[in-house]
Amino acid sequence: MTGRDLVQMLFFVLCIKPFMALFIGLRVRGKVHLPQTDPFILVANHTSHLDTVSLLSLFPLKRLRHIQPVAAADYFERNRYIAGFTRTCFNILAIARREITPENDPVQRMVACLQAGKSLLLFPEGTRGAGTDIAPFRSGVARVLEQVPNIPVVPAYLVNMGRSLPKGKYLPVPNGTSYAETHCYNKG
Amino acid sequence: MLLRLSELAPLARIGCIVLFLLLAASTSVALLRRFRPPTHLSELAARVRSWWLMAGVFFAVLVASDAVALVFFAFLSFWALKEYVTLLHTRPADHHGLLLTFLAIPVQYLWIGIRWYGMFIIFIPVYMFLILPMQLVLGKETRGFVASASQMHWGLMAFVFGLSHMGFLLNLPGPAGSAVHGRTLLVFLVFVVEMSDVLQYVWGKGWGRHKILPTISPQKTWEGFLGGIASAVVLSLPMRFLTPFSLAETALVAFLITLAGFCGGAVMSAIKRDFGVKDFGETIPGHGGMVDRVDSLCYAAPVFFHYVRYFHT
Repeated sequence: MTGRDLVQMLFFVLCIKPFMALFIGLRVRGKVHLPQTDPFILVANHTSHLDTVSLLSLFPLKRLRHIQPVAAADYFERNRYIAGFTRTCFNILAIARREITPENDPVQRMVACLQAGKSLLLFPEGTRGAGTDIAPFRSGVARVLEQVPNIPVVPAYLVNMGRSLPKGKYLPVPNGTSYAETHCYNKG
Repeated sequence: MLLRLSELAPLARIGCIVLFLLLAASTSVALLRRFRPPTHLSELAARVRSWWLMAGVFFAVLVASDAVALVFFAFLSFWALKEYVTLLHTRPADHHGLLLTFLAIPVQYLWIGIRWYGMFIIFIPVYMFLILPMQLVLGKETRGFVASASQMHWGLMAFVFGLSHMGFLLNLPGPAGSAVHGRTLLVFLVFVVEMSDVLQYVWGKGWGRHKILPTISPQKTWEGFLGGIASAVVLSLPMRFLTPFSLAETALVAFLITLAGFCGGAVMSAIKRDFGVKDFGETIPGHGGMVDRVDSLCYAAPVFFHYVRYFHT
């Protein structure tokens, strides 16, 4: 365990978990379907920054360091303060969305991550949507699975996160009962 | 952190009474279990278990400092308002208006904390009423404007302004030389109103025949209403030691607040029917959401507070 892992655990136990429980009031359905072992890929619909936070908050503290949310480098590493925060507190795997080279190929980086035993949190829509409609999925998960076919993929459906913290807003309000619903998955 | 012993005496008495009632309730549930299949009793058992928890938390708050008690009531308002907002059909343009609505909670309780009665009593009815629509104007969306502004302000009035009267009771001084003070009044209010809720439920379950508000709340009956209020008034009489009232006045006040409590419950039922839900949430096992438990207090607290303030301070 590194210093970063410890900082993330403290951040979650002191800020994120109380915030999700008392302010947002996150509820969970189908928690039994959450994978108990790494590596896995957790995929979800995306409407809000709260999505990553709430999915990570479902896991026990000691498992956080094994889970990396896949995030767009051009947004979550747009300056060094934001990059420092997202790397330290959320352990993101920042990937390039443009100017892909063999070195920064997102698929290869995700595969490497999974092969190293880390799990991924991924939003296949590629960006946050405005409302309740789910945008067409990008092909990333499929292309990762072509190379590592035995990784379990767990779908989760997030409800009302976009009402509490919509795209373009910076302060969350508790609006709507937010649900995280994990579903049964097929192995490999 | 804690109250002085002399201030604790009446609270200890009511604490023993509540403890006795809870033990009686748990014993009855255990006895009923021997005669009926447990499936019919699981909700009742969950209700009684939740009553233990709520009574425990409430008495812990009663003996704590003013600051702790106010934070507790602020959380009560927050949770109730959150459950209400969850049911609303809010627009994307309402985001900052909602933020302002929730920010009004700490501000309202701050006025109570610094004992500024004038501000406490007008902050939400006047200033929030003026500011909130202007914040919504900045959202730049006119469609649904009146609905949004009214719904938000109604929530503030019921769950923040109304409930916060319980908090301001803490500030009321008792008559010189008596053991009565704001906290004993608070416990009288909550005890009588909640007992009335329970007794209305019991009378309705046992003897309910004639529906009182069939379109609003099919569970409520005339028998439950009359029997519950009458027995709560009778039960309030021995609790007179918590109040500065005479015997007749205790009965009158108990009647007023149980009637107000019934109205609160009926109004919240109408809201639930409007939004097509059975309960406001699932926060309290067996009871539903926070609002399902404090609905009667939203109405009874202001009525009780202003009665006491007008006639007894």
